[in-house]
Amino acid sequence: MDDMIKVFVIDRDEKRHELDAPTDMNMNMMELCKSYDLPVEGTCGGMAMCASCHMYVLSSHEISERSEDEEDMLDEAFFVEDNSRLGCQIKLAADLDGLEVRLAPVGS
Amino acid sequence: MIQTDILIIGAGPCGLFTVFEAGLLKLRCHLIDSLPHPGGQCTEIYPKKPIYDIPAYPSILAGELTERLMEQIEPFSPGFTLGERAEIIEKDEDGQFVVTTNRGTKHRAPIIAIAAGLGCFEPRKPPVENLASYEDKGVEYIIKDPEFYRGKKVVISGGGDSALDWTIFLTEGVASDVTLVHRRPSFRGHPDSVQKVLDLAEAGKINLITNAEVVGVSGDGNLNALEVKHTTDGMMSISTDHWIPLFGLSPKLGPIAEWNLNISKNAIEVDTFDYSTNVPGIYAIGDINNYPGKLKLILCGFHEATLMVQSAYKRIFPDKNLVLKYTTVTGKPSL
Repeated sequence: MDDMIKVFVIDRDEKRHELDAPTDMNMNMMELCKSYDLPVEGTCGGMAMCASCHMYVLSSHEISERSEDEEDMLDEAFFVEDNSRLGCQIKLAADLDGLEVRLAPVGS
Repeated sequence: MIQTDILIIGAGPCGLFTVFEAGLLKLRCHLIDSLPHPGGQCTEIYPKKPIYDIPAYPSILAGELTERLMEQIEPFSPGFTLGERAEIIEKDEDGQFVVTTNRGTKHRAPIIAIAAGLGCFEPRKPPVENLASYEDKGVEYIIKDPEFYRGKKVVISGGGDSALDWTIFLTEGVASDVTLVHRRPSFRGHPDSVQKVLDLAEAGKINLITNAEVVGVSGDGNLNALEVKHTTDGMMSISTDHWIPLFGLSPKLGPIAEWNLNISKNAIEVDTFDYSTNVPGIYAIGDINNYPGKLKLILCGFHEATLMVQSAYKRIFPDKNLVLKYTTVTGKPSL
């Protein structure tokens, strides 16, 4: 389908999930993971205000740079790396076909 | 013992509006919330964010919505137990519920409305191995009494206002040695506090380690050292008496899971007829409940609260007939 891409998510048990992702529904990676019942909280609903959808981008896709809000919220995440992003700030679009991410560890 | 008609657990928008709808039926309400202020997520997570789907408000800030709700329920004089977490629900010999908080405050009511959103806000804990075994043995997530740190070596982690403010406070004649560890060189806190911390570091009064993160804890029963990973310098060890990770708050279901309610996917299952749970007399409304077609919207929570208090009224007064009265007819709300 034209409006579908594939993305790959490695969960915290190292299981790799292949997800069909619509690009015409204004969805982001946090919402996509939730829709597949992957363990992403997305507490704030996608406002970059809670850091509960922290993930690492493993593939070399070009993604818009972190905003100041996202950078601030990553301060409340753990084990932040250069490739850390908030899933809610990764908008699904055609050029992200094949994107691969790993869910970041969460505290208790 | 605090006695009321409807005991509301959670003082977010949904819990607050319950007071209004209950008040119209002359039912008194008391609210318990683990946060020190009303508003729930609206106050704690996004007070400055505009909400666009509240009827008749093309745009309203979440913080302002809370203020307006407080104003709307003021005529009904609700009681509040704030900064305490509802911990235990029991039933007494009269069939009333007794709810005890983590600080031992007791509340009694024939009806409980759980409007707890995503649960109660608790400090976010780093996923560091063996962390739990050092809790209260050197690792604290909240500073209750700064005197506790007098003369001690303290490491604080975080980049927000609480991390900055406590770093400044503990440096000024309290702790013997203060280290602040943060993942990047810039801080999101108040600019004055940021400058103060940078000045203290410049003057050698604190040990500021940026581009670093605490990744390990160790000790001999009590905490005595932290493993810190620096992005370029690699691993280092810091000896310390205390580590205070300040990474904000996140909601956890907490004690709600222990109340014998039917729970699936971190939400309480309810009957959409009146949002009752499997325990007669306990209702669940707003983001905390789940039913086929559930939408987690403030708007829907208001609707749920309205239907729920009708059912609660009939439980409290089974012999009375309830007639819907419009506020345009009854006039200015009062108890």
